Amino acid sequence: MIVMMEVSQPISFNEKFLASLYEVVDGERIRTCLQCGTCSGICPFGYLMDFPPGLMITALRAEMFQEVMNTDSAWMCVSCYACTQFCPSKIPLTAGLMTHTKEELLLAGRVPSELQSALENSQRYGNPMGESPRKRADWITGIEPKVTIMGMAKRPVDVLWFVGDYASYHPRVQLITKAVARIFNALGVDFGILGPEENSDGDSQRLAGERGLFEMLAEKNGRVFGKYKFNEIITTDPHAYNALKNIYPELGISYPVRHYTQFLADRLEQLKPLLKNELNINAVYHDPCYLGRANGIYDEPRALLQAVPGLKLLELPHNYANSLCCGGGGGGMWLDGFQWEKAHVRMSEWRVREALTSGADILAVACPYEPPRFEDAIKTVKEANRLVVRDIAELLNEAMGE
Amino acid sequence: MDIVVPVKLVPDLVEELTIDASGAALDTMWLRLIINEFDDHAIEQAILIKERVGGKVIIVSPDAEGVDDLLFTASAKGADQLIKLNGNFEGGVNNHALGRALAALFKELKPDLVLTGVQAHNDLDGSLGPILAEYLGMPYIGYVSGVNIEAGKASVRKEYPGGLIAEMDVSLPAVLGVQAAEKPPRYVAISKVRQAMKTASIDDHLVDALESEGGAEISRMFQPEAASQAIMIEGDADEVATRLIDVFKELGVLESGG
Repeated sequence: MIVMMEVSQPISFNEKFLASLYEVVDGERIRTCLQCGTCSGICPFGYLMDFPPGLMITALRAEMFQEVMNTDSAWMCVSCYACTQFCPSKIPLTAGLMTHTKEELLLAGRVPSELQSALENSQRYGNPMGESPRKRADWITGIEPKVTIMGMAKRPVDVLWFVGDYASYHPRVQLITKAVARIFNALGVDFGILGPEENSDGDSQRLAGERGLFEMLAEKNGRVFGKYKFNEIITTDPHAYNALKNIYPELGISYPVRHYTQFLADRLEQLKPLLKNELNINAVYHDPCYLGRANGIYDEPRALLQAVPGLKLLELPHNYANSLCCGGGGGGMWLDGFQWEKAHVRMSEWRVREALTSGADILAVACPYEPPRFEDAIKTVKEANRLVVRDIAELLNEAMGE
Repeated sequence: MDIVVPVKLVPDLVEELTIDASGAALDTMWLRLIINEFDDHAIEQAILIKERVGGKVIIVSPDAEGVDDLLFTASAKGADQLIKLNGNFEGGVNNHALGRALAALFKELKPDLVLTGVQAHNDLDGSLGPILAEYLGMPYIGYVSGVNIEAGKASVRKEYPGGLIAEMDVSLPAVLGVQAAEKPPRYVAISKVRQAMKTASIDDHLVDALESEGGAEISRMFQPEAASQAIMIEGDADEVATRLIDVFKELGVLESGG
């Protein structure tokens, strides 16, 4: 006779990790994984991972997740949501599996050094580049009428503009930020910015596994939002948009928020008469992951582009939900060297080659990560220098004759 | 193995520094403080030693804005005891005064090893390590980039200019000035720092009087003077290259007629 005995065993890392995935919204769907491999195939860097998403689930089921933790697979993930988008079982692969794996790697101290300094800078200075917080609003110099800084104006505004890190500090992206300010001014938008009081939205840090840092940054921003009166938040940064719309409310920080393309598309009738210059260009639009796949905003950016006189809108081979990431998400902005060592290729280069085959002269974007990434790629891809990268706001500005 | 690590906060150079109305000190109005980078390496080296041979790591820092965060972060990395020096530290103290205050405390703590950053950018009266070693009567080795502990002595790697490295043994207790830890200072997740804030405690140590005798007296501070030393060479690649070769010859970097 066989006697079954109940033996209480300590919970393994594998079990604990799996339990943490069940806590994510729709997390239990991981049980329904078919092992079809769609996720691993659609992942732009899946071919480089020892454990692409599908194989990570295999390892979990075999109680071998520690093996996954001993590889760099998760640090190749740019949180582009392609796997999540195409999973037939609708498993939250990006929000659950990939992000939680990065969190575990981070807690174990296994952080690539480039990423480490971006995280330390975010903690200390409120931006990943380690720039002085006092200089966060330096870009406003020369903009007329003057940009309102909430802490100095002490009056309610209609629109609180959450500017974001790269839009505030990166010299190339500042040009776009200024273009947006000029459009807002031309439309008579009553807006203000937080300036030195604004902190990084923290979303890419969260997706790079630093949940605690994200919460710290969100709480700081939440406290500052609470000081001022405004009707809605507008941002040019899809990553900030994603955080403010979907994740901050989990922390009790809840405000109406729109991406600037949504805000301007709503005012298209007011905007159209200002677009007087004929540009005569062929443009393709790159759907940013955090506007498109993560938040379903596809039509408003295109509506704005189609309103530009003389702009012929073409489409990229990978577009809408099938868009190809620029490589900057989920910590990718701070893992360029690390990922280059493994891949010897950049996602932004693939995208630039696609844009070249499409016959466009303009690669239109709507995310502050993209101009520096695509412009760098243009420098390294053969005969790519006929391609020009422009944010939608810059094209609108040019059409306005500014 | 008790390792004591004295660390200090120094002005953060990310913010522009301004000189106050006296003309002899930094304006503290906009001053942000950051851990001295070399002290951060000293903490890392101490924890690496503890992980290898066991023991206790004690972090000591004078009171300043941000010191609690610094101490709790060190705790989250693996430090066992946190000590804050309380006293008249506002406006900063020189290394002679800090050295005397620390030496008095260290005589009570009786550490086997004192690890500190080899230098700090605001050292005006020499670096802290040798001053401490003198007051404690211990040997000192600076520019250290690796430490092994065995049988009552430390084997250290000391860096020299020109890429030379010496390996030397020193009997314990000793003071070491750390140039670089064996590994870059580790990242510690914010959740772990927040946990440390709940579980770790900071011991307060009162410093009655600070004796700054022996330090430098500052009569005036200057902003770096702007000077135009750069020559901009215009023209196409050939013209620029020709002119560059001439410049190199004028400066004696290239032999003329070569």
